[in-house]
Amino acid sequence: MKPFELTRADDPGQAIAVAEKANTAQQGADIRFIAGGTNLVDYMKLNVETPRKLVDVNHLPFDKIENLPDGGLKIGATVRNTDLANNPTVRKNYAVLSEALLSGASPQLRNMATTAGNLLQRTRCMYFRDTAMPCNKREPGSGCAAITGVNRSLAILGTSEQCIASNPSDMNVAMAALEATIHIRGPKGERSVPIGDFHLLPGNTPNRETVLEPGDLITHVTLPPPSPGNRSFYLKLRDRASFEFALASAAVVITADGGKITRARVALGGVGTKPWRSPEAEAELTGQSATQAVFQKAAEAALRDAKPQSQNGFKVELAKRCLVHALKLVTQTA
Amino acid sequence: MDSESERSAGRDQPSGDETGQSFGSPETRRQFLKQFTVTSAAMALGSQLISSSSANAAEKTAPISAEGAVDVHLKVNGKDYALKLDPRTTLLDCLREHLHLTGSKKGCDHGQCGACTVHVNGRRMNSCLCLAAMYQGDEITTIEGLGQPGSLHPMQEAFVAHDAYQCGYCTCGQIMSAVALLSEPVGPEDAEVKEFMSGNICRCGAYQNIVAAIQSVRQNTNRQKAG
Repeated sequence: MKPFELTRADDPGQAIAVAEKANTAQQGADIRFIAGGTNLVDYMKLNVETPRKLVDVNHLPFDKIENLPDGGLKIGATVRNTDLANNPTVRKNYAVLSEALLSGASPQLRNMATTAGNLLQRTRCMYFRDTAMPCNKREPGSGCAAITGVNRSLAILGTSEQCIASNPSDMNVAMAALEATIHIRGPKGERSVPIGDFHLLPGNTPNRETVLEPGDLITHVTLPPPSPGNRSFYLKLRDRASFEFALASAAVVITADGGKITRARVALGGVGTKPWRSPEAEAELTGQSATQAVFQKAAEAALRDAKPQSQNGFKVELAKRCLVHALKLVTQTA
Repeated sequence: MDSESERSAGRDQPSGDETGQSFGSPETRRQFLKQFTVTSAAMALGSQLISSSSANAAEKTAPISAEGAVDVHLKVNGKDYALKLDPRTTLLDCLREHLHLTGSKKGCDHGQCGACTVHVNGRRMNSCLCLAAMYQGDEITTIEGLGQPGSLHPMQEAFVAHDAYQCGYCTCGQIMSAVALLSEPVGPEDAEVKEFMSGNICRCGAYQNIVAAIQSVRQNTNRQKAG
C-alpha cells in the first residue's frame, strides 16, 4: 500500500474543502473520502487505488434514515448496508432494496459498507484488480485484457470497445428500479442527480464512472413514495448460494390491478456496465396481463441490445430467465 | 499490501503496562515458538555465535519513527492502548503485531475469508479492511476478550463440544461471527445460520459441526429465555 495521510472531517464543508483540491474524483484520485472502506482499502492493498490523502467521513451527520413528509425516504450517505436492509420502512415499502442489500457481500461487510460507498462500488473485473495487466479503466489507453481474456462474469449491456467491466453492486440495481435520487454537496453548492444519470457508460473514458467532480460529497439518497399497492422483488443468480457477485439479477417493482400490470419498473444487475434500468421491458409490461408470454416479451426487449463476449454468452439467456422468474414470483402474490 | 512496511511498523511496542501481557498461560505459544526458534538456531550455528541475550535485544527494536506515523488510542477488550501507527496499519495488523492479540487471524487480507472477524461496538467486522486509526473511541472485542481457558464463552464451549473445527485457523473468526449472529435477525433454520455464516470460510470443511455448535447455543439461549 502506498503511504497516505489520514484526516478526519467533522463537518461536510471541511471534507469538501480538502477534497476539492483532488486531481479527479474518478480513477486515479489522489484524495479520497473513506467511510466503510470495504472497497477502497481492498483496492489500496492492490495498488489499484493510490490516494495520498484520505478523508474519514464517518463522523459527518449522514447516518440517519428519515421518513419524508411526501411519503418517501431519506437515506444518509453513511447508513450501513445492514441498517438500511433491516430498517422497518425499507422492509415494508421498499422490499426490493432490503432483499438486494441482504443478497450482497457478507454480514461483516454489510456492517461496514455504506450507502454512498455502495453507489461508488468498483468493478470486480480481474484485470482491473491486477496492476500487471492492461486495463483502460485503471490506466486509460493501456488496452482491455478482458475482451480477449477471461470475461465470463463481465457485462453484456452498455459495453464499449474500451471496457466491458460489470457494475457489481446489488443495491444499485434496486435503487435504479426504485428511481432513487442522489444528493450531492460540492464546491459549487448542492445538486440532485437521478440514479439513471449518476453512473456513466464506459464509452471511450471507462476511467470515468460517475458524474462526481473533485470535492463532490454524497450526502444522502432519497426514494420517492412507494407506488400504492406495488410489490417488489430482487432475484439474484450466481455461482454460489451466498457471498458471491451476481451473474444476473433482476429488481422488479410492479403494480397490478385485477391481473393487469399498471406500472412496472425493471432493472438488471450483473449484466450491465452500470445498474441497468430497462425502459424497454417496462414498456412491454405496462398495460398488459401478468402472463408468462408477456414476461418473456419483456425479457426479450431488455436483452435485445446484449453484446455477449467470448465466455459470457450464457448471460443473455440467464438474464432473461432471471427477469421472467422475478416477474412471475412478484405477480403471483399480487 | 506492502507487507514489509507493515512488519517494520509492527516493531514498536505499546506503552505502559499492557506490553508483554499474556493470555491464558504464563508463556504464550508465540513466545514458546520464538524461543524454540532461537534454541534451534543456536544449536545449528553453535551457542557462541548467538547468545540468548542478543536474540532478546533483537526483539526489542526501538519504536520506529515512520514518516507520517500518527497517535492512535484504541480500546480493545476493555483496555486502553496508546499507540503510534503508520496510517496504513489495519486493525488486524494492529491487533496482531502491536497488541500481540494473535487470536484474530490473517487469511485472505481482503475481506473474503472472515478469519479476521472482530466486534466493533458489538457488530462483527473484517478487521483486515479497517484502518486502525479510524476506530478510535470504539469498543473493539477480539476472541481474547470473549473468553479465556477456564472461563470460555458458551459459543467457545459449543465449538469444542461439537468438534466444530479441524486445523483451527478460521475458528476464532467463526466464533466471533457466531457470537454476533446471536443478536442479529437470523431465522431459526440451519439454512439461515449458513447464510449468515457465509462470510467465514473453513478450508477444512467443518461447516456441519459449526452450524450444530451455533444451533446448540441458540437453543440453550431460547430455553433459558423460556424458563
